Amino acid sequence: MNKEELKIRLTEVLPTVVFEEGGEWTTMIIDPAAWEGVAKELRWEGRLDFDYLFCVTAADWKTHIVMVYHLTSTVHRHTLVVKAKLDRDRPVIRTVADVWRTAEFHEREAFDLMGVEFTGHPDLRRLFMTDEWVGWPLRKDYDDPVNMIKL
Amino acid sequence: MIEEIGTTEQGDLVINVGPQHPSTHGVLHLVITLNGETIKKVEPHLGYIHRSIEKMCESLSYRQFIYVTSRMDYLSSHINNHGCALCVEKGLQIEVPARAKVIRVLMDELTRLASHQLWWGAMAMDVGALTPFFHAFRERELINDIMEETCGARLTMNYMVPGGVMVDIHPDFQKRVKEFLRLFRTKIDEYDELVTGNVIFKSRMEGVGYLSPGDAVSYGCSGPTARGSGVSCDIRKLYPYEVYGEVQFEEVKETGGDCYARYLVRMREMRQSVSIIEQLIDQIPEGDFQAKTKAVLKLPKGEFYSRVETARGEFGVYIISEGGTTPYRIKFRSPGFSNLSALDHMARGHKIGDLVAIMGTLDLVIPDIDR
Repeated sequence: MNKEELKIRLTEVLPTVVFEEGGEWTTMIIDPAAWEGVAKELRWEGRLDFDYLFCVTAADWKTHIVMVYHLTSTVHRHTLVVKAKLDRDRPVIRTVADVWRTAEFHEREAFDLMGVEFTGHPDLRRLFMTDEWVGWPLRKDYDDPVNMIKL
Repeated sequence: MIEEIGTTEQGDLVINVGPQHPSTHGVLHLVITLNGETIKKVEPHLGYIHRSIEKMCESLSYRQFIYVTSRMDYLSSHINNHGCALCVEKGLQIEVPARAKVIRVLMDELTRLASHQLWWGAMAMDVGALTPFFHAFRERELINDIMEETCGARLTMNYMVPGGVMVDIHPDFQKRVKEFLRLFRTKIDEYDELVTGNVIFKSRMEGVGYLSPGDAVSYGCSGPTARGSGVSCDIRKLYPYEVYGEVQFEEVKETGGDCYARYLVRMREMRQSVSIIEQLIDQIPEGDFQAKTKAVLKLPKGEFYSRVETARGEFGVYIISEGGTTPYRIKFRSPGFSNLSALDHMARGHKIGDLVAIMGTLDLVIPDIDR
């Protein structure tokens, strides 16, 4: 299925959907508050059937944080990118660990390195850093004079 | 947080495995809750070799960052480099010369063979057979020698660069690969004879660590781990890159979903890799091994994603560019990270001895998980 066909199908299921142009795959912008419902629709609606969440990323844009979810359907073989813009001072979004189980680890990583809080997450703790660590290493304003990471 | 070793309120025993333990193949730390000998919960603790490669890459140029990725999945370093090179080429729309494409695929498949050989030796060692380890390393050494001649390295290759490969292949490359294949064809039968049909080995593997196709997809598993459950997920077949669309090979799948199925997938995959190399080794086109590129690479503003199939599964490189000489944000989707997340699900209800077999068939490389 090409990008345009997928867009039409997405609009049928989710009438209020907003798309972003450019990029290799169809990209959808969502309201973080609506993510739970949208995620369940993407996963369980037979025409979409996005069952494989292969990448979860958070990116710091200095004024806001964007969560990026890469989804593929192993049935229809179409790919979708979902983006959610979060408040940088208090980034909160609903977890999707109950929809795609791989999200549990990926969300812990995003919490650990970018400080995004996932409501309803079964086990939201730091993953790579120690529990006592202060700060979110992947944020642009993060500076660590001891463990030097700038080259 | 390291839990105290002790008993819980329900009388379950909590023990630590690792971070220094031979069966974890690296610095992986597992906290296991046991009822007698039965596993109730496995909790991986990561980060012992976390170097924050993603953050480092934000200050490295598009030529430099590829070197760091060899240090993630060090058994698939060629394929990691390949994924990064593909992503930069996608952004700059560089057309790679035909010669470089074939060399890349040959190197990828040799890497896959070497990686599966190490896995096979370590897998057998995990369940108590020490001899296969020496058999596997004997042949793996030959691949390392071939790599050393062409790339100048045996583990962290850094051979694939944006636009092609760094240097041309060694004049003896084709001859030595063919010699190796002639030998390896007999050795792989020997591997099967030695381990695959062994009764003790089979009883340790069959019916252990079952993963259903639905769970494999939900946990984001890829590579032999998912294909052992019958999920079609080979990036080389689904989204062919380089010359994978032109060579004949089979996407190896098993339907068992247990440790033995995952074992068989990797064993059969080795034969497919041999077949791919055989098809291409005499077909390396003449010409440039590298496209002409600018000294300083600047990716246009935008987002680029490339996917390749490593020995462990799907490796993804996601670059967000702001138009500069370094990536604004880079994300590596490592196959081991997602495969590991299914460990708890697979191990529950099994005996503690089975955990080692399950981990063995996941083929974990810890630096790839921690990044």
